[in-house]
Amino acid sequence: MLRLVIVAMVATLVGRLWFLQVISEAEYVQAATDVRIRTVPVPPVRGQIVDVTGRPLVTNRTRPVVTVDAVALAHQPDGGRAVLERLGEVLRQPYRQIAEKVRLCGPEVAQPCWQGSPYEPIPVAEDVSAPVALQISERQQDFPGVRTELRPVRVYPFGAAAAHTLGYVQGAKGRDGLEGVYDRELAGRPGRRDMAVDNTGQVTRTLRQDPPVPGNTLVTSLDSRIQTIAEQAVARALASSGAKSGAAVVMESQTGRLVALAGLPAYDPAVWTDGVTAREYKRLPLLSQAVQGEWAPGSTWKVSSVAAAANAGYGLGASYDCPSGYTVGNRVFRNFASADLGLMTMHGALVQSCDTIFYRLADQLWQRGSEAMEKTARGFGFGEPTGVDLPGEAAGAVPDRAAKKALWRATREESCRRAVKGYPEMADRGRAAYLTAIAKENCRGGGVWRGGDAANFSIGQGGVLVTPLQLARAYAAVANGGTLHSPRVGLKVVKPDGSTVKTITPPVAGRLPASAETLRFIRNALSQVPKEGTAEGAFKGFPFGKVAVAGKTGTAESFGHRDTSWFASFAPDPAYTVVVVLSEGGRGAEGAAPAARDIWEGIIGLAELRTFRPESGSSRDQRGPSERDQSTQERRTFRPESGSSRDQRGPSERDQSTQERR
Amino acid sequence: MIAVAGRRRVVWAPTLAAPDWTLTLLALALSVVGLLLVWSATRMGGDYGLLIRQAVSVGLGLVLMWFVSRCDLRVLRAYVPLAYVLALVSLAGVLTPLGVRVNGAHSWIVLAPGVQFQPSEFAKVALALAFAVPLGELRDGQSRPGFGGVLLALVLAAVPIGLIALQPDLGTMLVFAAMVSGALLVSGAPKRWLLVLVAGAAGAGFAAWKLGLVRPYQLERLLVLANPGADPGGVGYNAAQARIAIGSGGLTGKGLFNGEQTAGHFVPEQHTDFIFTVAGEEFGFAGAAAIVLAIGVLLWRGLSIARHSASPYGAVLAGGVVSWLAFQTFVNVGMTVGLMPIVGVPLPFVSYGGSATVAGLLAIGLLQAVHRTKAMQRL
Repeated sequence: MLRLVIVAMVATLVGRLWFLQVISEAEYVQAATDVRIRTVPVPPVRGQIVDVTGRPLVTNRTRPVVTVDAVALAHQPDGGRAVLERLGEVLRQPYRQIAEKVRLCGPEVAQPCWQGSPYEPIPVAEDVSAPVALQISERQQDFPGVRTELRPVRVYPFGAAAAHTLGYVQGAKGRDGLEGVYDRELAGRPGRRDMAVDNTGQVTRTLRQDPPVPGNTLVTSLDSRIQTIAEQAVARALASSGAKSGAAVVMESQTGRLVALAGLPAYDPAVWTDGVTAREYKRLPLLSQAVQGEWAPGSTWKVSSVAAAANAGYGLGASYDCPSGYTVGNRVFRNFASADLGLMTMHGALVQSCDTIFYRLADQLWQRGSEAMEKTARGFGFGEPTGVDLPGEAAGAVPDRAAKKALWRATREESCRRAVKGYPEMADRGRAAYLTAIAKENCRGGGVWRGGDAANFSIGQGGVLVTPLQLARAYAAVANGGTLHSPRVGLKVVKPDGSTVKTITPPVAGRLPASAETLRFIRNALSQVPKEGTAEGAFKGFPFGKVAVAGKTGTAESFGHRDTSWFASFAPDPAYTVVVVLSEGGRGAEGAAPAARDIWEGIIGLAELRTFRPESGSSRDQRGPSERDQSTQERRTFRPESGSSRDQRGPSERDQSTQERR
Repeated sequence: MIAVAGRRRVVWAPTLAAPDWTLTLLALALSVVGLLLVWSATRMGGDYGLLIRQAVSVGLGLVLMWFVSRCDLRVLRAYVPLAYVLALVSLAGVLTPLGVRVNGAHSWIVLAPGVQFQPSEFAKVALALAFAVPLGELRDGQSRPGFGGVLLALVLAAVPIGLIALQPDLGTMLVFAAMVSGALLVSGAPKRWLLVLVAGAAGAGFAAWKLGLVRPYQLERLLVLANPGADPGGVGYNAAQARIAIGSGGLTGKGLFNGEQTAGHFVPEQHTDFIFTVAGEEFGFAGAAAIVLAIGVLLWRGLSIARHSASPYGAVLAGGVVSWLAFQTFVNVGMTVGLMPIVGVPLPFVSYGGSATVAGLLAIGLLQAVHRTKAMQRL
């Protein structure tokens, strides 16, 4: 009996051991590894973003950071309280505040707390002064587990310049702008350190160490000097016109590379370095006006309308009457300032920016049932994102028959409700009455693309919306003979050792639906605009002999707001396209055109500098990224930002211009 | 040589047969393996104190084993009342201020600073000797113990069990119960007594639970056994870490002193109750199974000794000793591999612990004494 028990006992135990150690070995080996090994990522140094001449737009700087080792602290007899109290005295922080930073987050520990690994040094004070750092490192016996180390942080040598284009870094991850789009190239590969720990979490030894691979440098086609010139020009124009926001785009016409992308209001991305509070975040102007801002293009749109006319068989050199008004249906559409300019060709229509010629054209096309205008506009790249290497790009809007019908169907119910109720919440009685009238009309019937819609469309109104970037690439295409590029800010990705990883070429997105002859005609007409046309005043005395700037003004009405001011321009040499927009900037000739002139003169100034001092410019495009960043030697950690990762976009600044002009 | 020299001096044991060398060698081997494992489990930190203490315990145990194995059973029998009373006194003593509380139980008596012992371990020896008296010393004509003998044996067992319940030490109580059951089986007492015992144990367990005498942690340990994944950070921590250490050893183990789980001290109490996890990790299935097999063979020899004993007393004594060691082995190894709830009993010969080591080797001595006392029947 007992023998049987003994045999059964031995068999049971040996069987169980076989199951645990032979059948389930892998599972338990894995579990043992999980228990025993702690892996701590070693963050790599993030790559720089430099401009076309190699000047760093975003780089890294080291700064002294005081860190605390939570595990070492836990091994103190009092759990590290005394150490933290002494540290608090040196850092002039209350004990509580430090203790909260150092405690580990858990199910019952809410923020503030440390979200990272307990085996990572926890930063408690950044950018401490040298005497404080010295005090801590010299009194190590008083500060077990406390270290001062140099950590890299993102710095922006040009401050707020190109802030939206560059984006920012939060929690070692690139957000928005180039930091976001080229995050994979810039981020590098984190290293890792595997450490053996015992049951108390004390590190017994380092098992394996993989050094991090530093991130690559992104060379952009931005020229920091032109960027600065463009931003200053927009800022001056905003100041003098009282406009709220504005943008400027400078693009290489032949290639689609972006030289400058200015958008105001902007902010200094350095705010991200120390973490942004929720309140600060709400106030940050995160919208990139050049890429995400949409406005009615006004008369800058007419290059598309002229091409449409040519495509529809209208002779560009034929004479057209430019009366003060033109009646479509039962409504009179007025010329700008109700001027009667007499007979002119399409050349004159562009130079003088006659509206009534285009009204008639549009009305006639509409009566024929032709959609030449809409089709041509789409062919100019409007109504769809350009595909630029920047996030959150706006598509603009090219309304047409189908779009209007769809919109009407979607909003009919609301229109009928408003037709009955009106807009009692609106303070402005006049506006409320106007909107109620529209609502009534849209309730009874609507969604029909009328002659009036076509007329508004022809001069860049009536729901047409473009981004400055879209307009710039369309004008660049006019300048370069018809090639639409998908613009690029990135030029190439370069390894820290200087070797090129890849070169970025702006892909061709399409061809303008216009013959070479039409484009030549348009270029010729636009070259007269700054000399004798609508921009004559703004460009008085401009050295056209040096740079033959051609351009087009645009003044777009925006319901309830001041006009949107546009100037779109290009030159054969340097082959740049410059587009300026000022939201609520007034007339194009008065707001945007002078700003564009500023930019062109700045570009001329740089070109002359290059001519006279060749040594300063000869190495352009060849210089690799600056090697001045000494921080690559240092272990780099971004302080985890406490800011929540809420939606990147600020409230849409899209203005009310979708309202139809009546 | 030694045996010859001894025979000359030990005049009261003239008829001893040769010892069972397999038994002695297995016990010795297990003790040496135990020393290696204790060394491995405690060497981090460079402190050899525990290893040296255990070595001293093994040495002392071997000496006592040798001494007892040279005793004629009748001589041992003469000291049973004394041993039994001493056991009761020392068990009562742990409840006095002499006793020291360790891990929530009063199970130690401190003789001098650093010199302490666990009376319950020696009580196992005393009890094995004691209840073999009413079960093994049969009146003429009896082939198995009668009602009176069984009752007396149960009473003899009940007193120390009651004292241990006051410590409280559930593990030792269960060992005693196993010893009584084994001794009853070997003695040939009617099987109904076993049923009575089982029913009594079930009733006592139920009563203890109903009266709230079962600690919550003991209940949780049982629940953890049913659901090993539950609460790995709390009650299930020991069990989970023990299984991880053993399972990660694989077929051949990581080698002595190479066990990372052992070096990291992930298994609590790994040099005492969980010493088997060190064997499992560092020696693998081969080594762990060898230890279990070695104990199995040792127990098998013990049962053979019981069967071939010259006297019923010797048979019952051997049966009690084998039941003791078998139960402890199964419970101890069983809890490390997740087959048994966690109950604090050491692995015989292998676990660190002076009292347990000495008591285990004494038990081997008792088996040898039974084995060697051939002439008993004639006296």
